[in-house]
Amino acid sequence: MLTTEALVKELVEKNGRSRNSLMPILQGIVQKEHYLSEEALLSVAKELDLSAADVYGTASFYTFLDTVPRGKNIIRVCKTITCHMKGKDEVINALSNALKIKVGETTHDKKFTLLTANCLGWCHKGPVMLVNDEVYPDLTPQKALEIIEEYGKEAK
Amino acid sequence: MSKYLVNLKINNMPVSVEEGTTILEAARKLNFRIPTLCNHPDLTVAGNCRVCVVEVKGSRLLAAACATPVSEGMEVFTNSEKVRVSRKHIVELLLSEHNADCTKCFKNGRCELQDLASEYRIGDHVFLDLVKPESKILDISSPSIVKDDSKCIRCQRCVRTCTELQGVSALGVVNKGDHQRISTFFNKPLHEVVCTNCGQCINRCPTGALTERNYIEEVWNAIYNPSKFVVVQTAPATRIALGEDLGIAVGERVTGKMVAALKKLGFSKVLDTDFTADLTIMEEGTELLTRLKKALVDKDESVVLPMMTSCSPGWIKFQEHMYPELLDNLSTCKSPQQMFGAVAKTYYADKINIKAQDMVVVSIMPCVAKKFECERPEMRDSGYQDVDYVLTTRELAMMIKQAGIDFDKLEDEHYDSILGESTGAAVIFGATGGVMEAALRTAYEIVTGREVPFTNLNIKPVRGMEGIKEASVKIKGVKPEWDFLEGVELNVAIAHGLANARALMEKVRTGEASYHFIEIMGCPGGCLGGGGQPIPTSPEIRKKRAEAIYAEDSEMIIRKSHENPEVAEIYQQFLGEPLGHKSHDLLHTHYKPRKRY
Amino acid sequence: MENNLKKVDIIFEVDENNTPYDVLLKTLKRPADEIILDLIDSGLKGRGGAGFPTGLKWKFARNEDGDTKYVICNADEGEPGTFKDREIIDRVPEKIFTGMTICGYVVGAKEGYIYLRGEYNFLLKPLSKKLDEFNEFLKKNKIDYKIYLKSGSGAYVCGEESALFESMEGKRGEPRNKPPYPTVAGYNSKPTVINNVETLVYTTMICRIGPKKFKDLGTSDSRGSKVFSVSGDTPIPGIYELELGMPLHNFVDEFGDGDVKAVQVGGASGHCVPRKKFNDTIIGFEGIPTGGSMMIFNSSRSMYNVLHDYLEFFAEESCGQCTPCRVGCQQLLKGIEAVKRGERPPAYLDDLKKLTGTMKIAAKCGLGQSVGNPFNSIIDNFREEIIY
Repeated sequence: MLTTEALVKELVEKNGRSRNSLMPILQGIVQKEHYLSEEALLSVAKELDLSAADVYGTASFYTFLDTVPRGKNIIRVCKTITCHMKGKDEVINALSNALKIKVGETTHDKKFTLLTANCLGWCHKGPVMLVNDEVYPDLTPQKALEIIEEYGKEAK
Repeated sequence: MSKYLVNLKINNMPVSVEEGTTILEAARKLNFRIPTLCNHPDLTVAGNCRVCVVEVKGSRLLAAACATPVSEGMEVFTNSEKVRVSRKHIVELLLSEHNADCTKCFKNGRCELQDLASEYRIGDHVFLDLVKPESKILDISSPSIVKDDSKCIRCQRCVRTCTELQGVSALGVVNKGDHQRISTFFNKPLHEVVCTNCGQCINRCPTGALTERNYIEEVWNAIYNPSKFVVVQTAPATRIALGEDLGIAVGERVTGKMVAALKKLGFSKVLDTDFTADLTIMEEGTELLTRLKKALVDKDESVVLPMMTSCSPGWIKFQEHMYPELLDNLSTCKSPQQMFGAVAKTYYADKINIKAQDMVVVSIMPCVAKKFECERPEMRDSGYQDVDYVLTTRELAMMIKQAGIDFDKLEDEHYDSILGESTGAAVIFGATGGVMEAALRTAYEIVTGREVPFTNLNIKPVRGMEGIKEASVKIKGVKPEWDFLEGVELNVAIAHGLANARALMEKVRTGEASYHFIEIMGCPGGCLGGGGQPIPTSPEIRKKRAEAIYAEDSEMIIRKSHENPEVAEIYQQFLGEPLGHKSHDLLHTHYKPRKRY
Repeated sequence: MENNLKKVDIIFEVDENNTPYDVLLKTLKRPADEIILDLIDSGLKGRGGAGFPTGLKWKFARNEDGDTKYVICNADEGEPGTFKDREIIDRVPEKIFTGMTICGYVVGAKEGYIYLRGEYNFLLKPLSKKLDEFNEFLKKNKIDYKIYLKSGSGAYVCGEESALFESMEGKRGEPRNKPPYPTVAGYNSKPTVINNVETLVYTTMICRIGPKKFKDLGTSDSRGSKVFSVSGDTPIPGIYELELGMPLHNFVDEFGDGDVKAVQVGGASGHCVPRKKFNDTIIGFEGIPTGGSMMIFNSSRSMYNVLHDYLEFFAEESCGQCTPCRVGCQQLLKGIEAVKRGERPPAYLDDLKKLTGTMKIAAKCGLGQSVGNPFNSIIDNFREEIIY
């Protein structure tokens, strides 16, 4: 595992030092570390010669650029109306019970974080969730649990 | 390229303005006032509060007057029904997310939102109260600045101030939508982050979301305490601005009235920071000459140039955070405020036969960073905290009002002696370039035995509001002991406002420019534009204050620091010589690197 | 009543003998002004929702001076109920690339960017593979143009064009003051054409089939066809390309479940049409324009829940910089909750409707300006459901 500082350096090398590179750099950190730590944002600020508050403010604007610790697998269940109509609450409840966490929380073993998201763009196949970058449409509570179980195995 | 004239009508009145002018500016030309909140003459346009919306004929949308350039044939209405309804809605919305606890607010009576609410007769709140309980927890971690999110209306003037004017960006906008707020890095308390305590954000906050940490009650308590001897010192820039908060026109000097008011308030002695400004020149001028000699003659590599002034505590903290590698460039001189405190509780206390522990030193400062400075652990060389309380110019005005003093009617009075005598050189410390000018007046004369070669001692190249000023003075006809300076072109630079300071530091860091001496003031315009000065501020206001400062200088009988008789006396009786052992103990200090976030 | 619903196959149509690559090479041989004239003649308007004439936009950008110009494909599809761009990107990306390249040729841009919403990150890999092939093709044919891929990170407002530029520049996605408009100062403050995914595909197809075939479809105000995202209470949810200008009742006949109470046309920021207005509602720029989202609600649905859901969405997704939108969205949301709980009288809904009037004309960008659409149309037609 790279240290955060080394990871930031690597991303800066790849994407460049201009302000325009900020998003891909932050996205790259989240890809590896699941969230943006103080340490990570400070390194970015230093490398790009930006103010730390500015970098933090930018990151905090974007839902996917989390600044609180997240689990290895981030589950985002679409909460928008059509998924609502097709049973997203049941899916969330099933996940919440199985993982023993509420929406917004992370499991003790840091394997999963359960979140909701605004429209994920699968309204014809709701309910839908993202696990990290992967999409799972046409969910039932049962299907959702099976998917999570698979991730649980991998995350060991 | 000359600009085209654009013809338009505002409220049916024709007006011609230069291309690129905003509707807001064009309306001002016709004396139509359009209310604003996020707009500020010192800052870039944001267009986000929407209070300034106006109707433009033919457009479905209202236009933000501050952000919309005029166009040919445009017809603007600043008070149509649509405009009035929308503007009132917007003020109501702002009030609904604002903790409108006006009577208890430090900004009561001086709040732009309150003014608008009053102007639009916002009665019972139409909308629901959206103030979040957690926003009512104040950040009082800083000895200088209090941040109250419950009063914040997200105009972002503070963020633009901190970024554009100061290049600090301690404050930023975080989150979006209903969670959007103004915050530091990871919401850390102000005292932990890069905030320099300059207080420029306070000067531009339209509400009570950012205010100075006030010490008015503490000072009253000290005054009323019979066992305390309370001396007060007044910074150079206070005397040219205090009047603004007491109904007197901008740019009018109130030195004598201020002294009279302080005496009426009950201070035991009314003394002048200008005295220690002169003392600073003696120490700092000598330090500069010593550094030059060590660098140029002794080739001592441990001595770094350019030397940089150290009067401005916001600037000092900025440097500690942003350029710790340049800390050795800072003059080791304490600021005049702190030299005063150290001298007051030693030399002066002895002279007037008061025990230092019974003395309370209060400063009246144009600055809020001074509140932080006096609490620095390095500032206790008298054996006590050298300066006990710092009040801003604004806080002093409040005390004067509380005491029922009719300021305008006061007869001028003089500072007490000793520590009350000063010179024109000290007064100009309050304007950008002033320390440089004062130092040059003295240093040139020490080295050559003659006055600086500028008419009436006015060193014009170092004056003015340009962000970064550069000048050089050719030294000719030196005294024998300074022969190494013969023919030397002394290069100096001056910056005010920390964004300019930053640009100058980059030049220094990269070696792009080589100077011998640099003056930096943390605030735009120098202390006259300080974070503790009367609100509002603008380039015009600061220009008038600067004119007042230079007028005060020109009327002083003594205009060179080394000619201040009380300064001569303190060296003779107490300090010995500049940079001497005692000076070193009491008047000089050191700095520490700080984290950058 | 006759069914005027006409299904069309332009967007997803694949012709092995006339691929996007063929269209590109052929089109780049034509004079740029001629291409613009064709686009103007076709009557194509932006398919993202705002409906600005595409040909004019390109013309404005072409007329701007400047060595550096950009073409940006807005693939930040975030309007609730809209999912057609994802399908287009997945199935016919070359048509998008081609449209972007033609645009670059017309306006004089050498760089194109696709801004893909973070929610579609799973498309990044396949898309960049196809993009590499396309860029390679450009290089091989000595076409001085290259397309890059950028991704968003979960912010609806970044679909607003100037917010999208801010985001691409590494900043908070806050909409800018206008003017200047993108064709004058867009990404990196350079002249920029920003078009929706679907619009770019239509430009490619108009270059292939000519403006006539396109403008023969639709009505005088709404030329051509459009891709609709159909969801909610329908037995056949999905993506359908339909001729513009259809009466809503035809749509409901085709897609409804027989018990349709309302259709939300144009996503959360669009209008809610109740059953009684199905007959006289036209889907198109002369009636209710839409970025393609059609959400169908049957009589079992609570319109309070629908509105609440939309308002919650806007309160969260407002960028937060301007007062009418930041505070207005929260007031609308908390306001209907207060009425529902009986803490405010029903008449408070009228105060809120007036507030949406202010939001519509005083908010800084389209987000805040359009929140009144769902609010007023739902309150006006389903007032009882909100109150009781």
